[in-house]
Amino acid sequence: MAPAKLRNDQSSYLPVRIRRRLAYYFPTIAVAFGVILLWEFLVVVFDIQQFLLPKPSSIFAEFRLQVELWLGPEGSSLLFEASGATFWEAIGGFVIGCGAGILVALITARWTIVSEATMPFAIAANSVPIIAFAPIMNNWFGLTNPASKMAIVAIIVFFPTMINTVRGLTLVEARQLELMRSYAAKPLKILFSLRIPNALPYIFSALRVASALSLIGAVVAEFFGGPRATLGVYITQEAAAFDFAKAWTAILMASLIGIAFYLLVLLMERRLMPWHVSLRQAG
Amino acid sequence: MSSQIKDIAISAQAVSKVFNPGTEAEVAALQDIHLKVEAGEFISLIGPSGCGKSTLMRLAGDLLQPSAGQLIVNGKSPRQARLDRDYGMVFQAATLYEWRTVAKNVQLPLEVMGYSKSARQERAAEMLDLVELGPFANHYPWQLSGGMQQRVSIARALAFAPSILLMDEPFGALDEFTRERMNLELLKIWRHTKVTIVFVTHSIAEAVFLSGRIVVMSPRPGRITQVVTSNLPYPRDFKTRQDPTYYQRVSEVRELLRDAHEV
Repeated sequence: MAPAKLRNDQSSYLPVRIRRRLAYYFPTIAVAFGVILLWEFLVVVFDIQQFLLPKPSSIFAEFRLQVELWLGPEGSSLLFEASGATFWEAIGGFVIGCGAGILVALITARWTIVSEATMPFAIAANSVPIIAFAPIMNNWFGLTNPASKMAIVAIIVFFPTMINTVRGLTLVEARQLELMRSYAAKPLKILFSLRIPNALPYIFSALRVASALSLIGAVVAEFFGGPRATLGVYITQEAAAFDFAKAWTAILMASLIGIAFYLLVLLMERRLMPWHVSLRQAG
Repeated sequence: MSSQIKDIAISAQAVSKVFNPGTEAEVAALQDIHLKVEAGEFISLIGPSGCGKSTLMRLAGDLLQPSAGQLIVNGKSPRQARLDRDYGMVFQAATLYEWRTVAKNVQLPLEVMGYSKSARQERAAEMLDLVELGPFANHYPWQLSGGMQQRVSIARALAFAPSILLMDEPFGALDEFTRERMNLELLKIWRHTKVTIVFVTHSIAEAVFLSGRIVVMSPRPGRITQVVTSNLPYPRDFKTRQDPTYYQRVSEVRELLRDAHEV
């Protein structure tokens, strides 16, 4: 049975575990290296112009330079400053949007009628390209005000979070509800003991999507204008100046932040739902 | 609990249940049911699918309302009995909360009912000992086998010492071997707690082995064919299954079910 096998894994000594991990991740690592090597090779062989596609080696060199600038005595790297600003816009929008999504879901799920009336609108709104509102948000909050980007991010992540949370709160097994009924449990008790724990996996799957969406939202919103020290503006300006190694380094930064953000959400999920993670490992 | 045993735990008078009345999907699930379940009795409801045995149990448990007739539970309406927490329920699936450990699952009803933390822990430990799962208190449900999960579900149902235990095919999903072991264990628990058990099952052997009386039901519309008294002495053990009376009851119930099916 699966649980017995899992317990064996845990009790086995370290080298085997590490070897297994490596064996598991090896194909992924190999593919990544292969793609980067092929990229480098093709750029050199076909003599592709720097502004069309820079070599990975020159992107890494530029990245190293920026890291050195950042760690240097001056401690000033425009790239890192921009990354920080964009990161905070994404995080701020994420917290506001997801928080509001969960809150609204809790309120609407309490009254079935309200949730049934609002869900079609939420689902429709979820398929609207919200990024198109970026210029309007820039006017509302001011071009250089981070709130204009946070607003876009918040709206983008709001709907998937709300929809998933409502699903998690309402898609409860009938038997589980009957059990609560047989205990003569009050609605608030059912909410906290049954509906919310039941919704957690749904909420976290929404948060994982939202973590990626929030960074995309922030960077793309910055394409419509913002302070110099933001990743979106940095990318457009360096691209316009034909300094493609710099533009690509910023894209690399955005990817790293996106991955870090995603991992942060995963970590939170592990802390809050130990049962669910173990369930997945068993399956 | 034991000091104020009422003679009749559940009484059904002329109870009928129609699902989707007035529509094309109208089904007469139960028709004119009369039944009295004594306090402390172990009674089984048996019959083919669609005979309304689960419906009858759910009516008694106030999970459904009768279309006609009257049910009285511990001298009250089923609703009042539910609000007084007179019922423990066990379903075919263990329906444990996967985010709670075994001990926390058993504590769930006690939490809902506002027991203190120490009382909860004490009671849960006691219940887990009763179903012989003490060492598994801190496991999560997915780490247990199906039979063990169902034992947790029984411990949970009994945690708040309800006077009536309603069991809807609780061992239906288990293999024959586990099922027989669970039957013995359930009899032990019943002897220990003196709880009234209403037991819905598909298995003739199980119904005869466990119960004092077997309510044989037939479908379309669901009604009671006959109530068979087992006359097998308690306590019962594996030898009961070799008793000639046991065989006699099994064939008696089987014949009643066959007759019911041919109607």
